[in-house]
Amino acid sequence: MSLSRDQLAMRVAQELSDGYYVNLGIGIPTLVANFVPKNMKVMLQSENGLLGMGPFPTEDEIDADLINAGKQTVTMVPGASLFSSADSFAMIRGGHVDLTVLGAFEVDVQGNIASYMIPGKLIKGMGGAMDLVAGADNIIVTMTHASKHGESKLLQKCNLPLTGAECIKKVVTDLAYLEISEGKFWLKERAPGVSVDEIVKLTAGELVVPEVVPEMEF
Amino acid sequence: MSGFNKVIDCYEEALSGLEDGMTIIAGGFGACGVPENLITEVKNLGVRDLTVVSNNCGSDDLGLAVLLEEKQIKKMVASYVGENRLFEQQMMEGEIEVELTPQGTLAEKLRAGGAGIPAFYTATGYNTLVGNGKDVREFNDRKYILEESIIGDFAIVKAWKADTYGNLVYRHTARNFNPMAATAGIVTVVEVEEIVEPGDLNPNEIHTPGIYVDRLIKGTFKKHIEQRTVREG
Repeated sequence: MSLSRDQLAMRVAQELSDGYYVNLGIGIPTLVANFVPKNMKVMLQSENGLLGMGPFPTEDEIDADLINAGKQTVTMVPGASLFSSADSFAMIRGGHVDLTVLGAFEVDVQGNIASYMIPGKLIKGMGGAMDLVAGADNIIVTMTHASKHGESKLLQKCNLPLTGAECIKKVVTDLAYLEISEGKFWLKERAPGVSVDEIVKLTAGELVVPEVVPEMEF
Repeated sequence: MSGFNKVIDCYEEALSGLEDGMTIIAGGFGACGVPENLITEVKNLGVRDLTVVSNNCGSDDLGLAVLLEEKQIKKMVASYVGENRLFEQQMMEGEIEVELTPQGTLAEKLRAGGAGIPAFYTATGYNTLVGNGKDVREFNDRKYILEESIIGDFAIVKAWKADTYGNLVYRHTARNFNPMAATAGIVTVVEVEEIVEPGDLNPNEIHTPGIYVDRLIKGTFKKHIEQRTVREG
């Protein structure tokens, strides 16, 4: 069985450490906040200008002046701080954020990532993603392993315009956890019940498969 | 207006001097911290062929999107197009020129512009379309591209509180691009929810000093929420 969105977020949450400052992108990455281990404290950075993002507000707490980078209403945790977008990106570009989690359309064996436009079809804009991938050392990409039409998103070379070059080292998909180095994908874990064959079939870029591929544990 | 008093009385005066073909920098992120009434005033003036610099271009019929509807924008410098069909459509059809700019690079272009720094090197965008045609230099074994800073003929800014001298305080994440926008306008026009007397704001807690502000006006704000997300109470 491929992972649900929540399970994907749970697997990513295993990469958190106590005391991490973390930037979570829009979509599945946002869900990671729901699975921070109980014995751990992390501080969530929202690139519009908030460090210490809390959960969604109650109906009474809603404040139009307090949103996250996904434009959702949020709250602040005790100890939060607010700042301008220039300060926010100084944190990001200066390498002060410990972990960045973001989605993608494609990733390739060189660690290139494409996530902001499909020429002729869709233009989202890069928002803060280009800064995040250029500024962070520790980046995890979360996405489905293949498109709805069964086309691999893990490629030998990205087809779409890049968000960043040679910057991605870890990918969690609905089928597998992979690392990228030496111009190859390295299969590290598979989703429970997913066969290595299925992963191989849906990985277009060069993939190194060890003799034993452990199942993810939750 | 006298001395350091920046307060003006009516929106009709706020953008006096704004002409066709000028560059306007607008604060705001999504629908948060947007100078709503000043944007309406740009619309009312009917000026055209504008270059507008802002993180995004409003959404649907909100914020800067009204200027798209009126086709007043010739060129948009922004980081994000999503959730704004009109913007995406006008961009795809080549009706407006769009310079997609990474969010942090955009913030820094404005910060640098306001600080008199004409350009800076950044790793963001190297080896992507953003870096095309830009000067590349290597520092400490890493490649960086040269990005030019931005100043605008006008900057339109939304703050929370101000004193009459134009010292500004922003509220929560409505701060976003507003402080940098305030520094980067040749004429900086600010609208706020409350104006107090000099000395009423704590000098330790002022975000934008009044030196950057040329005109100040008190407005009322709709403060639209794009994604109303709640949890059970």
